[in-house]
Amino acid sequence: MERRDFLKTCGVTVAGAVLLPHLLGSCDSGAKEGVALMLSHFGVTENDLKKIMAAALENGGDYVDLFFEHTFGNSLSLRDGAVNRASSAIDFGMGVRVIVGDQTGYAYVENITMAEMLKAARTASRIASSGQKTTSVNISEKIFPNYYPIVNSWEDVSVKDKAPYVQKLNDRCFALDKRTSKVTVSQSDTTSYILFCNSEGVLCHDYRPMVTLSAFCIMEDNGKIENFHSARSFRKGVEFLTDDVVEVIAREAVEGAARMFTAVKPKGGEMPVVMAAGGSGILLHEAIGHAFEADFNRKNISIFSDLLNKQICDTHINIVDDGTIAGNRGSTNFDDEGTASQKTYIVTNGVLTSYLHDRISAKHYGIASTGNGRRESFRHTPMPRMRCTYMENGNFDEQEIIADVKKGIYAANFTNGQVQIGAGDFTFFVKSGYLIENGKLTQPIKDINIIGNGPKALADISMVGRNLKLDDSTWTCGKDGQGMPVTQGLPSVLVKKLTVGGE
Amino acid sequence: MISQKHKELAQQMMEFARKNGCSASRIRIDAGTETTFEYRDEQLEKLQQASENRFSIDLFVDDRYGSYSSNRMEKKELEKFIQNAIESTRYLAADDCRTLPNSDLYYKGNDAPDTCFDKTIDNLQPDEKLQLAKATVEEVYKTDPHIISVSAGYSDSSNFNYLIDSNGFEGEKAQTYFGLSASISLKGDGDARPESWWYDASLFWNELQKTGIGKKALERALRKLGQEKIKSGNYTMVVDNMNAANLLSPIISALNGNSLQQKNSFLIDKIGKKIAAEKLTLIDDPHIPQAMGSRWYDYEGVATKKRAVIENGILRTYYIDTYNANKMKVEPTISGASILTFNQGTKDLDGLIGDVKKGILVTGFNGGNSNSSTGDFSFGIEGFLIENGQLVKPVSEMNITGNMLSLWEYLAAVGNDVRTTSSWRTPSLVFEKVAFSGL
Repeated sequence: MERRDFLKTCGVTVAGAVLLPHLLGSCDSGAKEGVALMLSHFGVTENDLKKIMAAALENGGDYVDLFFEHTFGNSLSLRDGAVNRASSAIDFGMGVRVIVGDQTGYAYVENITMAEMLKAARTASRIASSGQKTTSVNISEKIFPNYYPIVNSWEDVSVKDKAPYVQKLNDRCFALDKRTSKVTVSQSDTTSYILFCNSEGVLCHDYRPMVTLSAFCIMEDNGKIENFHSARSFRKGVEFLTDDVVEVIAREAVEGAARMFTAVKPKGGEMPVVMAAGGSGILLHEAIGHAFEADFNRKNISIFSDLLNKQICDTHINIVDDGTIAGNRGSTNFDDEGTASQKTYIVTNGVLTSYLHDRISAKHYGIASTGNGRRESFRHTPMPRMRCTYMENGNFDEQEIIADVKKGIYAANFTNGQVQIGAGDFTFFVKSGYLIENGKLTQPIKDINIIGNGPKALADISMVGRNLKLDDSTWTCGKDGQGMPVTQGLPSVLVKKLTVGGE
Repeated sequence: MISQKHKELAQQMMEFARKNGCSASRIRIDAGTETTFEYRDEQLEKLQQASENRFSIDLFVDDRYGSYSSNRMEKKELEKFIQNAIESTRYLAADDCRTLPNSDLYYKGNDAPDTCFDKTIDNLQPDEKLQLAKATVEEVYKTDPHIISVSAGYSDSSNFNYLIDSNGFEGEKAQTYFGLSASISLKGDGDARPESWWYDASLFWNELQKTGIGKKALERALRKLGQEKIKSGNYTMVVDNMNAANLLSPIISALNGNSLQQKNSFLIDKIGKKIAAEKLTLIDDPHIPQAMGSRWYDYEGVATKKRAVIENGILRTYYIDTYNANKMKVEPTISGASILTFNQGTKDLDGLIGDVKKGILVTGFNGGNSNSSTGDFSFGIEGFLIENGQLVKPVSEMNITGNMLSLWEYLAAVGNDVRTTSSWRTPSLVFEKVAFSGL
């Protein structure tokens, strides 16, 4: 793993960076690296960690973990043609989690002193009541592969380095179409330092970059107003900001908004839907991804709870949840409970082969965790969450798939989706797409919701394209109040029947 | 309350910002504590407890503006943070519309800051909270053969904030919150496991409903068994009081100064014009005592007041803060809604349903969205088919699609059954001619 020389705190011009008290007046910590550097960053020693874990297990408890986080984020926004707002936020703290069977005790503190951390440990320990003392654990550093190496850190640049790209994105949106009337652009980057240890002896650390660049374009044409949003987001460093990415986002936003003027709402009802390659992965995320999260299945409340190892769709279909794609927004080196990230096949040749597990559900099922135990921050407990969820390629050309539909919808861009885990009903909102009439794309359509039922929709996928595309927009998945960066992808597929909104 | 030490820290940082080149600044300190107990079936699933602080500062430097926040409350660190923030802000383009509000608009009253704070919270024992969650599960656990799982959650929190700015504003607020919820999953047809939930919430412990939450959740779940989609078409739509706010939300967003100034609203230039049926009168009433959403001032310190938002279908106000007012060259109103109240009708939900010959009662939205520029919407729904004033079967996996302006034009009835668990006090509503898509 690349060792970030992240303590360039002297003379830093990034507002989001912070000097910690134990580092004030000291700039010579370059001698340390790896986990030693991270321990020093949070001002704790391995011995401290052991003491806190011992306190957390005072009432018994099967397991304890400590999650330290220091995140700083910066954002720039453009409105009415000028980059005229900057924001930064620092978040710093640690959480103590104690697990007994399926039960969780959790407490967190923002002030990382031994007294505060011990108090948090004892609060979390209240979940346990066996009173059995656990013998103290040894911890040693575990090294994981790095799926998001960066060239230049966001800590090394300031507003003046980033603002020109924000400005250029605005200018391109205006240059590309004279109907553009308002553009807002925002760029944000966050950097997280994570230190983690648990009672199984794992001690590890992570450096998590994230960047987002987005444009929201408003257009006016003959008194009508339409809008379109486009964004890209990655776990990448400053090298992400290029003229190319600016151009891609500008064109997508402008062309999208322009298309809205000629778009109509289709007549609603049940019909075949061709999901275009890319953002259509929202179908997987909503229709099956959430319902495969093993917390719902261990509680027996998912519509897929009884379907493990059963054929649930066409034998040509393979679906994965992958946390190992370089620079991907959904990637993790290890999840937020110290388990290595992996590429997990959740559907293999049409069979439901794996749920998405965190530590608790994996133990419940007596298997190894799939590394899906993620948390929004030190304020939250981990639970099974998706990473990058996509379907592998099939055998059809997209043209063949469209040609197969007499009357239906081609869904291309999406804004949001939702699912009911137990009932299986899922929805996604189609911002734009096309009607399919007699095997051809005809009239553009806009702003309609599509609703279906997870297992039925999956079983209704009858053709899979060979044009898999991952969508690198700013997908954020919400569950139990925790937001999580994810991505998704799909080759073009035909779903024989979904209910399309319309008038 | 916010400690004296933290108030002094805010004052010191404001002075520090001034000395380092800020022409103006606004500082906010938030502090809070939260406790949660989740009980599932036969055991405690999760307990969580924490408290937190946050320091936020808005800086105005050489006609430039930035907003910065940190949860590190140490003076030396904050000084360094503010220095960096000032430096960052200086790289921005000038924006002379960024100003503090006119101080004439500030809240200047002497009302106690803690009228929404229940001191009981300091004396509640963890066991008492846990027992409440447990008892909610036990109300219904194993009482019906369809039940797969019952969860209940109790949570409470106390939140404090302190706001000052360099124009002389100083304000403080304390608030408690108590909530109890239940969620139930049932064995349905095939692999389906329909679920439903119910909750109560209050700012005051004594007002929190402590029994019946589990039973109500079970009743709501059981009636969903056998859901199916029905034929597409135009139906009368009754939306219950839990869900009506979803249809109000796009309207309120379209009244926001930011949306208006950015031309991202379907309600531009509509003040004084009819935008909904005459039955709709919507009042923003910020000073209802001890109520969710009540407040004396907004995020800028500007005094809230009672105002008509929509009167007999006619739009009366926009929500315009200082920045957008400066941009639009209009007088500011207030940055956003506080407590929204409807002029209520005379019937409860059953009464409204009783008047419908053929229609659909919507008891839940499932995804969907509304185009902020045009008001075109499409939402997933579930609920019940109504025939001759009776609920005849549960429906799901359907969409409603239309435009916000025509939807509200066809508002046919307003119920009298508001819930006070939210700051938007929406009753059940009836709309005519809504396009449903299903089979």
